[in-house]
Amino acid sequence: MKILVCITHVPDTTSKIQFTADNTKFDTTGVQFIIGPYDDYALARAVELRDQTSGKLTVLNVGESETEPTLRKALAIGADEAIRVNASPKDSFFVAEQIAHYAKEGGYDLILMGRESIDFNGGMVHGMVGEILGMPSFSPVMKLDLDGTSVTMSREIEGGKEVVEASLPLIAGCQEPIAEWKIPNMRGIMSARTKPLNVVEPVSEETQAVAVKYELPPAKGAVKLIDKDNVSELVKLLKNEAKVL
Amino acid sequence: MSVLVYIEHAEGKVKKTSLEAVSFANALAAKTGEGDVVALALGAIDQAELAAVGKAGAAKVLQVSDSRLDAGVIQAHATAVAQAFEKAGASTVVLAKSSLGDAVAARLSIKIKAGLVSNVVELPNTDGGYLVKRSIYTGKAFAETSLTTANKILAVKKNAVDLKTDGGDAAVEALEVSIPDSDFASKIVSTERATGEVLLPEADIVVSGGRGMKGPENWGMIEDLAKTLGAATGCSKPVSDMGWRPHHEHVGQTGVKVAPSLYIAIGISGAIQHLAGVNSSKCIVVINKDPEAPFFKAADYGIVGDAFEVVPKLNEALKAEL
Ligand SMILES: Cc1cc2nc3c(=O)[nH]c(=O)nc-3n(C[C@H](O)[C@H](O)[C@H](O)COP(=O)(O)OP(=O)(O)OC[C@H]3O[C@@H](n4cnc5c(N)ncnc54)[C@H](O)[C@@H]3O)c2cc1C
Ligand SMILES: Nc1ncnc2c1ncn2[C@@H]1O[C@H](COP(=O)(O)O)[C@@H](O)[C@H]1O
Repeated sequence: MKILVCITHVPDTTSKIQFTADNTKFDTTGVQFIIGPYDDYALARAVELRDQTSGKLTVLNVGESETEPTLRKALAIGADEAIRVNASPKDSFFVAEQIAHYAKEGGYDLILMGRESIDFNGGMVHGMVGEILGMPSFSPVMKLDLDGTSVTMSREIEGGKEVVEASLPLIAGCQEPIAEWKIPNMRGIMSARTKPLNVVEPVSEETQAVAVKYELPPAKGAVKLIDKDNVSELVKLLKNEAKVL
Repeated sequence: MSVLVYIEHAEGKVKKTSLEAVSFANALAAKTGEGDVVALALGAIDQAELAAVGKAGAAKVLQVSDSRLDAGVIQAHATAVAQAFEKAGASTVVLAKSSLGDAVAARLSIKIKAGLVSNVVELPNTDGGYLVKRSIYTGKAFAETSLTTANKILAVKKNAVDLKTDGGDAAVEALEVSIPDSDFASKIVSTERATGEVLLPEADIVVSGGRGMKGPENWGMIEDLAKTLGAATGCSKPVSDMGWRPHHEHVGQTGVKVAPSLYIAIGISGAIQHLAGVNSSKCIVVINKDPEAPFFKAADYGIVGDAFEVVPKLNEALKAEL
């Protein structure tokens, strides 16, 4: 079976978010980049399914050359080959068009993505790719099991979950607890150096919704502490000052 | 022209976030002159509920009574919305961000060739262009997004506008759509949903517990407090990882993002990944025995103390006041 996992290259979850150039650019100073945490779940499950089916696992990122260490890490975790679409990911539609094109060329049976990217948090790319390719798409998926070409998934809904049955090919946006994150071991890291990482060019340039300016939320004022033996004071403040009761 | 709103409902009841989306659309139409707000309800819906849709600002409700649409089958819903969009002669679709809403919006954007902006936090700025402010980096920042397509989809975050309650009566019209069988190829075989509880992503007040609660047997006091407040209960990631609470209650970067008026965090340290899920709350109260807990820096009000002592007292004080 051929599996494609689409990964993002995003600031570590503890990063301080700042902007430069008159708030038009993300400030990468001191920021460590990682595989998106949801993409990491998708990758972990994909490695298991590749092993289960003796298949082939490809990872893909739409990004410029600085994302290659992140792709190498995915290879170290267990992917067989990597593709980098050489372009800055301008918006979800642009990214979806690139992924759809290379996914079609590759003829994948299963495409796993993260539930959402943790930079722009759209949660949209999987659905867009699904519609472009005429494939069903599901998100957020917490469990995905294969039996031949039948797929059983558990999808999170508000306040619970639903069990969905579908058949390959399909696309899933993954989240925990679909699999445990995998940490690359020494052998993985060594072999990742020689696995193929192919750079391809974007197939279209069209964008629809591009971020033009960034802004940080206003700084929070200092906390008001209330004595633990005077909790009714808190109730009064919530009622009369914050007006949230 | 008109603004179409995709309405979600659970067991026949319209979701509050969908009513907010109607109010958002109403304010948007007033601003852009796009005409009426038309709400779209798919599947069986409680007729009495439609009155609320009118009050929230819809002039008309299109109702597709196809029992296959009662469940949220993603592809079929996307097809139905696309057809309603054409028939209503709409230019913009507004919907509330949700597990189903996101999945439908993404497919819809390709079907109707509409640019899509998600996590929208306020009405667009239309002086000269079409700039939409959305939340990014899990609430740590905002982006002004330039939407350049003729058709548009806005997936709205909770609390982006105030809920309107003084609208008129919406005219209800039946709508026929034709959905190919292939859209129903995947089957929802079972659904498990907490009933009778306030749903976390939609809740106006959330009471959350962390590892400081020591064990699942101590959740009674969290639930009691939530009950007094009409609140939903949440938790930190380790709490759901250890199986003390179900996964859908886990709040944060990798869990549910909430945006209530009031978030009460009990025995939670306030790790940056937890804060990422709560930073859109209007007011945050932290109860923690460690005065150095990082959560206090993100809080509006705090009590330094033992949860096992403070929470029951707080519950009593609230009961006396409410
Ligand atoms: C990629 C990534 C994603 C993550 N995503 C999430 C996420 O989505 N959500 C999330 O929550 N975490 C997430 N985490 C984990 C996060 O980093 C923290 O480990 C977690 O939030 C800590 O949970 P906690 O505050 O319940 O536990 P702890 O950090 O153990 O804190 C317990 C707190 O309880 C207090 N306490 C103890 N006893 C009492 C008492 N009797 N009364 C009052 N207070 C008491 C302590 O002072 C302490 O502050 C993520 C981590 C990573 C690396
Ligand atoms: N630039 C990108 N390259 C590869 N995959 C991506 C990219 N952006 C988004 N994705 C995939 O799409 C998922 C959803 O992203 P988003 O719609 O941006 O929240 C992510 O978790 C990734 O799996």
